[in-house]
Amino acid sequence: MTFWKLFARNRGAVIGLLILFLMTFLAITAGLFFPADPFSLAGVPMSPPGENGFLLGSDSLGRDVAAGIAHGAKTSLLIGLLATLVAVFVGIVMGALAGYYGGIIDNLLMRFTEMFQTIPSFIFAILLVAIMKPSIESIVIAIAVVSWPAVARLVRGEFLSLRNREFVQACHTLGMSDIRIMLGEILPNCLSPVIVIGSLMVATAILIESGLAFLGLGDPNIMSWGFQIGAGRTLLRSAWWVCTFPGIAILVTVLAINLVGEGINDALNPRLRERT
Amino acid sequence: MRYVVKRLLQAIPIVLAIIILNFLLLQLAEGDAVDVLAGEAGSATPEYMAELRAKFGLDQPLPVQLAVYLKNVVFLDLGYSFRHEMPVSELIFDRLLATVLLMVATITLAVGFGVFLGLVAAMGLNTWRDTAISIFALITYATPLFWVGLMLIVVFSLNLGWFPTSGMENFAMFYEGWDRVKDIAHHLVLPTITLALFYLALYTRLMRASMLEQAGQDYVTTARAKGVTENRIMFVHVLRNALLPVVTMAGVQVGALIGGSVIVESVFAWPGLGMLAFEALFSRDLNLLLGIFFLSALLVVAVNLVVDIVYSSLDPRIEVD
Repeated sequence: MTFWKLFARNRGAVIGLLILFLMTFLAITAGLFFPADPFSLAGVPMSPPGENGFLLGSDSLGRDVAAGIAHGAKTSLLIGLLATLVAVFVGIVMGALAGYYGGIIDNLLMRFTEMFQTIPSFIFAILLVAIMKPSIESIVIAIAVVSWPAVARLVRGEFLSLRNREFVQACHTLGMSDIRIMLGEILPNCLSPVIVIGSLMVATAILIESGLAFLGLGDPNIMSWGFQIGAGRTLLRSAWWVCTFPGIAILVTVLAINLVGEGINDALNPRLRERT
Repeated sequence: MRYVVKRLLQAIPIVLAIIILNFLLLQLAEGDAVDVLAGEAGSATPEYMAELRAKFGLDQPLPVQLAVYLKNVVFLDLGYSFRHEMPVSELIFDRLLATVLLMVATITLAVGFGVFLGLVAAMGLNTWRDTAISIFALITYATPLFWVGLMLIVVFSLNLGWFPTSGMENFAMFYEGWDRVKDIAHHLVLPTITLALFYLALYTRLMRASMLEQAGQDYVTTARAKGVTENRIMFVHVLRNALLPVVTMAGVQVGALIGGSVIVESVFAWPGLGMLAFEALFSRDLNLLLGIFFLSALLVVAVNLVVDIVYSSLDPRIEVD
């Protein structure tokens, strides 16, 4: 069966993909539907949803909650994707070197990875952003730094089990360079679990980003869901909508990505699903 | 016993690496303690700042500074918080108890309830109960902690008035003895539920998978052939073995739990380490932040050590691996 047929067998994954498409559409068209700066004062402060022309209400400064959510979608998806790409790249490099060469290189790299796995990751991310000053770059780096170990361990395991296979030995006999064997021959054979773990990692990255922004460690020039909730928490008593809607946006997006990740898993490892 | 010693020795390089990482992060930050002091004082001449640097040893080459730092950390001297005008270690120990209380309550709730839900799901495989529990786990796994906390406050504190919105106890009432315990427990409910929800999903899934895996093992067939009742097989034979991976997971998750407590404590103003970290962030108190980071990393190493040792006594096969 093709990838899509296998993917579509999982109904949750299809729903997740639809939601994700909608969120991406919202992020891309944010500037079209809400051309004004989401930080700008758009009208009467503390308007409940549906009043004074605010679909989802406004906050204490008269900022449009809906506009914030649309622009925040861009931030969350972008940071989630970028951080995951960096983490997957670093993880592949570390894992491939450790698994392919084994011995002392493996030992050293794995001790290093273990140390990063021991450190409480969210506090580490907070520290990194605080030291580098909050900006998109520092947030992406911080999330990537705390996320790569899982990829490294996975890739190492795959490389370890593949490096002595016959096709790899054949490559050695042909006189291929190590780099070519690693990138051209072994890596393509272990991409499917990496894609699965990467897709789930986007969800975690979005959760970390929103947590950082909630604590006031977001990029001060960019609207994000976590920032909206952080700014609205003092208004819980008088304006529940300021916190509620951005939170639903995070929940729905993260849920959708997790569902898609499970669908990809089912499609790439069909035997696994039939067993359980 | 040999295993315990071996695990203890393995922990030393990790702790050392964490200390060095801490030192490097301190170097990475813009400005040093003297800049902070000078900033506090308003104005300082370059001569005076150089004198201060010499006094703190900040003019020494990096390896010397690292050696001094290592020595200080070993004696639990984590530096000085200029904001609180107190040694960092003292500040941290003041707040440690509140965080430990929150974490113990959270782990108990998350593991206990997670094991129960996983058990129910595994025993009713592919029934509506299984589906409902899976959906519940999926949703809680995707919800940001701080948002759950705020929503619980809106519903249970502001609208229903069942629980207090923040803090750990009501100082104005001067409770003593059991009344004080009850008051703290009352304040503990919402933060614990918030922090536990995320981990609940994890333990539920793990317990379900673990139960299903164990149910297919040979010893289950043997027990069935002997005529042991299904209930006894499930609750005595399978359950015991299925619990093992949950115990390990509880240890692994302690690091994540500390991260989660920063968020939950700052939502509920729970006066623990997480709240202290949040305050340190706001006042740009890097020394304090690094101290909290170091101590929580140490806590994770210690908990993992204890879990490994407990695990090896529960399951002697581990030592062989």
